[in-house]
Amino acid sequence: MNEVLLDARNISKKFGGVQALHAVSLTIHRGEIYGLIGPNGAGKTTFFNVLTGLYTCDSGAFRFAGAPLNTTAAHAVTQQGIARTFQNIRLFANMSVLENVMVGRHTRSRSGVIGAVLRNRATRDEEDAIAQRAHELLRYVGIERRANDLARHLPYGDQRRLEIARALATEPKLLALDEPAAGMNASETAALRELIGNVRGDGVTILLIEHDVKLVMGLCDRVAVLDYGEKIAEDAPEKVQRDPKVIEAYLGAPIA
Amino acid sequence: MMTNVSRRPALHRMFIYAVIALVLLALPFVVDVTLGRAWVRIMDVALLFVMLALGLNIVVGFAGLLDLGYIAFFAVGAYCYALLASPHFDIHWPFVLLLPLCAVIAGGFGFLLGAPTLKLRGDYLAIVTLGFGEIIRIFLVNLNRPINITNGPRGITLIDPLAAGGISLSQTHTIAGVTIAPVHAYYFVFLACALATIFVSGRLENSRIGRAWVAIREDELAAKTMGINTRNIKLLAFAMGASFGGIAGGLFASFQGFISPESFTLHDSIMVLCMVVLGGMGNVGGVVLGAVLLTALPEALRHTGTLQQEWLGTVYVDPSDLRMLLFGLALVLVMLFRPAGLWPSAVRKREFVTDPEASAP
Repeated sequence: MNEVLLDARNISKKFGGVQALHAVSLTIHRGEIYGLIGPNGAGKTTFFNVLTGLYTCDSGAFRFAGAPLNTTAAHAVTQQGIARTFQNIRLFANMSVLENVMVGRHTRSRSGVIGAVLRNRATRDEEDAIAQRAHELLRYVGIERRANDLARHLPYGDQRRLEIARALATEPKLLALDEPAAGMNASETAALRELIGNVRGDGVTILLIEHDVKLVMGLCDRVAVLDYGEKIAEDAPEKVQRDPKVIEAYLGAPIA
Repeated sequence: MMTNVSRRPALHRMFIYAVIALVLLALPFVVDVTLGRAWVRIMDVALLFVMLALGLNIVVGFAGLLDLGYIAFFAVGAYCYALLASPHFDIHWPFVLLLPLCAVIAGGFGFLLGAPTLKLRGDYLAIVTLGFGEIIRIFLVNLNRPINITNGPRGITLIDPLAAGGISLSQTHTIAGVTIAPVHAYYFVFLACALATIFVSGRLENSRIGRAWVAIREDELAAKTMGINTRNIKLLAFAMGASFGGIAGGLFASFQGFISPESFTLHDSIMVLCMVVLGGMGNVGGVVLGAVLLTALPEALRHTGTLQQEWLGTVYVDPSDLRMLLFGLALVLVMLFRPAGLWPSAVRKREFVTDPEASAP
């Protein structure tokens, strides 16, 4: 449980004059659910984007699963075992639900143009395996009966689930969820919470950005708080909740 | 992968294929007798455009990269064939060698266009590709000095026809009592090539690579985070699409016997794009339909003069003016009433068996 999976060291990122991340360091242990919270604009999503190779950081480095993490390209990060979802859902809207998940298998399969044209034994077997795995994942997140619908025809909550299924298709060691409960009602959030618990139960470590305090406090083993690009706290949720610096970041300083 | 079709009785399916094959085989002779030889020639050109449109469909339809200079690859293929199989340099390579070379060289040019434009999308990409198409054409016009490579605007003449083992397609042959003129012979060669292109396009569409292209079209950022190397996959789309165009170009050069830069203008790029968009972007069947219709329609509209004469007694509007007017009107009407194209890419309801355990063949 205490084996370090992701070790971020002094990650800094500047946009023009704005210091979005200032020497943020954090460690995530294998098998835990790690929450990343903070007021709006604190740098949470920037941290995600740096981690998943969408932005390059100005300084700092990641170690992942005992080796340096190559964050120069997003697809390389996925290849190394980190998958993510987006704050504003980004599905392949005009592909079927099943195809969305099948795309997630891209990095774990290899057939190319020649295989596609010849459709030889190896390619057919691989395609079957991709489809089968995609079905399993859809069943896992509970939307298998929508497999042949277009992704954009799914209700909101199911789109979130599909995004998670698609991310899981890449076989991540670390699943980074960017506000998965945003816009969900209470029952959808409860179902999501169960799903995240199950994913962790199956051995995937989870990094969670979330505004829903109840979800974070109930689900996370440890929580880090960002404020103006700096990490101001990192501890168990109930301790972080009582940290004066955290309260100040959210509510403002007490009148002296 | 199970599809609807494969559930039908095999015999039924065989019968349909046999009928289609017979129709396609008999078509040039029937058209020759009924509509005249000019229309067989138009059919040949239509088949070339099927190949071109399917190549562009990979770039525009699958990968969603708007390319307004696609005809450049057709030009590259045509010139590649013409320079290496004509008296111009007095080189006469056999076509079995040349056509693959056309594909490779055009593919290389596709790569050249793709590499610097990887970060561009939509209108910006359209502008750059448009420029690329024009650059190629202007090169072809001007590469006759100081060393005469392309023979400039006068073009290259006396290009070798397709020939193998002493049999040339430029001569009329009689096989089993059937007279096969060059237009007929070329029809069958082009038909075979077009069918091969359709086959390859269809296979690519339903593959790991095809899904990656569509994923890039839908959301490039999300595609990246799904582990797709978008740079390589986009370059692949450019190169594959270009190589289809290159083969079509080589065939065009051998068919015409003469090529000049005039055959490869922006107008032609737009025409091919129209075929893709009007037929149904991303859907192989729709693109084929678009290519055939848009080749035939302008030709059919040449006859508006005789129709005016017959119906109205005299020719009021010059048919060459009316032709493009009606053609434009047809395009506008199709886009108004069928904005997704004549035969849009349907929601592919592939019959994946819902229970994976039961799906094992």
